[in-house]
Amino acid sequence: MALTASVSVAESSARERMAPPSRFGDKAFEWLTLAMASAVVVLVILIGWELWIGSSLAIKKFGFRFLTTSTWDPVAEQFGALPFIYGTLVSSAIALIIAVPLGIATAAYLTELAPLWVRQPLISLIEMLAAIPSVILGLWGIFVMVPWLRNYPFPFLKQYFGWIPLFTGPIYGPCMFAGGIIIAIMILPIITSVSREILRSVPDLQREAAYALGATRWEATRIAVLSYAKKGLFGAIILGLGRALGETLAVTMVIGNTPQIVASLFKPGYTLASVLANEFTEATTDIYLQALFEIGLVLFGTTILVNLLAQLLLRTIATTSATRAVQ
Amino acid sequence: MLGLSATASAQMMINGAGATFPYPIYSKWFDEYAKVDPSVRFNYQSIGSGGGQKQILAQTVDFGASDGPMSDDNLSKAPGKLLHIPTVAGADVVTYNLSGNPALKFDADTIAGIFLGQIKKWNDPKLMTLNPGAKLSDQEIVVVHRSDGSGTTYIWTDYLSKISPEWKTKVGTNTSVNWPTGIGGKGNEGVSGQVKQTPGAIGYVELIYAIQNKMPYADVKNAAGTFVKPTLESITAALATAEIPDDFRFSMTNAAGKDAYPICGATWLLVYEQQKDPAKGKKLIEFLKWAATKGQGMAKTLDYAPLPESVQQRVLKRIDEIKS
Repeated sequence: MALTASVSVAESSARERMAPPSRFGDKAFEWLTLAMASAVVVLVILIGWELWIGSSLAIKKFGFRFLTTSTWDPVAEQFGALPFIYGTLVSSAIALIIAVPLGIATAAYLTELAPLWVRQPLISLIEMLAAIPSVILGLWGIFVMVPWLRNYPFPFLKQYFGWIPLFTGPIYGPCMFAGGIIIAIMILPIITSVSREILRSVPDLQREAAYALGATRWEATRIAVLSYAKKGLFGAIILGLGRALGETLAVTMVIGNTPQIVASLFKPGYTLASVLANEFTEATTDIYLQALFEIGLVLFGTTILVNLLAQLLLRTIATTSATRAVQ
Repeated sequence: MLGLSATASAQMMINGAGATFPYPIYSKWFDEYAKVDPSVRFNYQSIGSGGGQKQILAQTVDFGASDGPMSDDNLSKAPGKLLHIPTVAGADVVTYNLSGNPALKFDADTIAGIFLGQIKKWNDPKLMTLNPGAKLSDQEIVVVHRSDGSGTTYIWTDYLSKISPEWKTKVGTNTSVNWPTGIGGKGNEGVSGQVKQTPGAIGYVELIYAIQNKMPYADVKNAAGTFVKPTLESITAALATAEIPDDFRFSMTNAAGKDAYPICGATWLLVYEQQKDPAKGKKLIEFLKWAATKGQGMAKTLDYAPLPESVQQRVLKRIDEIKS
């Protein structure tokens, strides 16, 4: 009691000495940030709404069939998006399988192991990778990457892993696999950079504690750093996934642009973003244009859905690791 | 300074949008025309034929441009009578990647067979009889087509629909279609890149692109039964013998002429017969007349085929019908 009294006395004497602090700045800041944050939400809703309106005719005409059929025929005006959805998911999955281990391992090397003189050049190099325009990457894909893949890694995979349906059939070059690899290259910088920031923010206390318990360098990195930063790393992967789903130009140049659902990764595929980039400018009939709008809507929905699923997965992982820690 | 800004504001801006294929020649025309009539400036956005048709229908531009004639359905949506003014023509060539780069010949049957996925090997008897001199092995044929919607594909599928009933019923004519076989490349550069990189590949690109990139391309047998090399002359020959209806919505593939290359098409400007803004309309008419006469002379330097004399006269007559 006495303490509060003395505090209030000190406060009131301070108040007498200067004008009461204005709360206006705080309020203004609060409103401003709220406005900014809601602007993002409104923007997302508006985009969804526009896409919905823009594709209303197609939605009415094709209904749910749009998501479950595989024919894409602008002449007969029959449109089904399934091969594009499949292509988007498969190419993104290939990209993540390649880019996630590579990105996180690079980040771990940069923060935990690399000598100082290596770090900065390597970081700049990775960030430069992000600055390459996708059309350049696509051209490089056509002229360098695809011929190389066709001549060396693909025949190797076919010879030794041909018993897996994924690696069967003739090898032409442009294919689902090539599309996934080019996406992997494109999302590698963002996964690496974000992961590096996250690993850097792991307190040194963590590492020191691990070493103090007699952990080796690998154990310290695994237990004290990677495990500690799991949530953040997952966020980095989701950011990469978001980009992977929407990558357009470079993918279009190497994926072969054939709407089909086949097991073999050596066969050409097609993605939602690619068909939009390819066909939007020359679509002349209403229903065709509307079907393309609906492709946009499906891409929008797929992105949101995949993100939600990823968040859900993240929460499950977080809770299970928490229970394990308690046990 | 004052005087300068005064002339700038007095300058009239005529806006257009549409086809990408004629963009180089149109920009050349607009540049040259600025010297003829400095009081008018053109602003052309090459957003694609679909966009060009949409924008002229919505009247957000003064003229549209398209690599394919507008459909009846789309024309009926126009608020006024829309005229098709053909400007120049181009061709699709058959390009391929075979070791030793043999000069090849194709006819309607073999092209349709390959693109329908029925002729699968390079040593198919049909190809062997057409090309007795060339060494063709049992290499697989890899078909490469455009993946993006384009006037080039429109010409290609228009030709295939004319010469193959099966193609017509199964696939049809459009700026992009449901391809029976093959892999898709984006743009001329995508198709040529994939043909160059894939042994045994065959594809189609614009003649201009093939000339400028020194790609090999084949002679094709025309409706009259002669094998014709795609050149600017053989395109103009096709234009001269194509059946051109009064509304200029024509297809010039598989033309009858002896020297006509069979896989080619024109590109059009789209303008309203009744111009809304009299001053702008007058300037636009003047430009169109110039393009149909003087402008034609510049086509060849940019590898476009000019309109033949007979068509030029008909086009000029049509331009005279525009009211401002």
